[in-house]
Amino acid sequence: MPPRILPVPTPETRHFWDGCREGELRLQRCTRCDGGVYFPPRPFCPRCGGREVEVFKASGKGVLWSYVINMRPRPDMGTEPHAIAVVKLEEGPTMMTNIVGCPQTPEALQLDMAVQVAFARQNDEISLPLFEPVKG
Amino acid sequence: MKPNSIAVVGAAETTQLGRIPNLSTIGLHADAALNAMADCGLTPKDIDGVATAGESPQGLAHYLGIRPTYADGTMVGGCSFMLHVRHAAAAINEGLCNTVLITHGESGRSRVGAPGYAMGGPASLTGQFETPYGPTGAPTWFTVPVLRYMKTYGVTVEDLANVAVIQREWAALNPRASYSDPITIDDVLASETIAWPFTKLMCCLVTDGGGALILTSAERAKDFPRKPVYILGTGEAVETPMVSQMDDFTSSRAFRDSGRKAFAEAGIRHSDVDHLMIYDAFAHLPFYGLEDLGFVKPGEAKDFIRERNTAIGGKLPMNTNGGGLSYMHSGMYGMYALQESVRQMRGIAPAQIEGAKVGVCHGVGGFFSASGTIIFSNEAP
Repeated sequence: MPPRILPVPTPETRHFWDGCREGELRLQRCTRCDGGVYFPPRPFCPRCGGREVEVFKASGKGVLWSYVINMRPRPDMGTEPHAIAVVKLEEGPTMMTNIVGCPQTPEALQLDMAVQVAFARQNDEISLPLFEPVKG
Repeated sequence: MKPNSIAVVGAAETTQLGRIPNLSTIGLHADAALNAMADCGLTPKDIDGVATAGESPQGLAHYLGIRPTYADGTMVGGCSFMLHVRHAAAAINEGLCNTVLITHGESGRSRVGAPGYAMGGPASLTGQFETPYGPTGAPTWFTVPVLRYMKTYGVTVEDLANVAVIQREWAALNPRASYSDPITIDDVLASETIAWPFTKLMCCLVTDGGGALILTSAERAKDFPRKPVYILGTGEAVETPMVSQMDDFTSSRAFRDSGRKAFAEAGIRHSDVDHLMIYDAFAHLPFYGLEDLGFVKPGEAKDFIRERNTAIGGKLPMNTNGGGLSYMHSGMYGMYALQESVRQMRGIAPAQIEGAKVGVCHGVGGFFSASGTIIFSNEAP
């Protein structure tokens, strides 16, 4: 199996990937306009254009928002069908991810089920923010 | 743009569609362009504006021997050609050029001289925040929002399959359609699952082909051999290259913005529309299109389609060439939707809607990333 296709951080996104490596899901919010939380990372607010923004540690909680189950996985993703999912984070933004810790079936993957971040270490630099169902 | 100021005077597809291993990508552009020029009695010397996507406008101009004063290389995916029409209309009205050639050619199936799509590398935002999770192309990217839409409005997989069934009925009337054998909802659901809940027959074809349009002022258009097709209104919009970052998974902001602008320019009501094309790369797109363009309210598309309003004999005939699901889909299908709108306005479509006077042609680019809407009429201003 070829190595998994991984992100290459840029200066503007470095804090996010550093956070994942350290076990924190980091989001950004504006401190000039409405304090709105946004994603993906950028050093300004996409609502007001202000550069007064801060990085904060998000809860890592959300719900399964939508997905498809890819029956023909990309070679680096293995041979078993898997979900390509979007979660809606408690803080508002949506994020593409994979759902781990449960079967990759429509029965197990119910929309709006609670999920929490589970970092998957890939190498010294990159850990991917995957999500798993909240137990109980 | 000023409604009715610009007209399509030449329109044609490539001589063949489907599997064309003897032509490269640029060759498909040229074949379509030569057919469109023949359609309106022009030669490359008569063209002073070029627009294309996939190929560069300079590549197209050089290959065809055109020396343009206007070049548009707008590339936003499959609806780029709708944007080219809109930009060309503005350019002609502004006096930048008089006669614009818009071309598409794509060796989607045979892959002869095919440049491929740039999705952004691993440091792009898509590369950092979507690609690592396994999407492989349109079937696993474009489809991601649909479960949210289906849950919100109670849409079933049978409803998705029904779109493919109805478009196959239209394709059966079209001798150039890739597939024309009748299919049932069960057939669609029984075809191979590609990206659940999408089965193969809910996904577009992959074929070779091309198309070209020639536009000039409505004033000049009267001197051409074919009945002019006037442009009543145009719209364009972009939202995000990342499907995961759409504002709303149940509605496309780009569709809404583009459609609203086109309808406002045209000054028409939805009830004035006789014929509709909605770019159907996948079976869910007509649902979003019907709702986001305002033909029905959010959530009503499923009943509208179930009641066969978009089918043969329905009050809003849609995708009458068979669509991307059954007619052809080279990769950037928008040009074929435009060609069918023009045929319907000229009165020469294989599945001609009798008396059609106003046609809406709505395209999508990327995965809900961009949109373009063109409203045509065959009534002289």
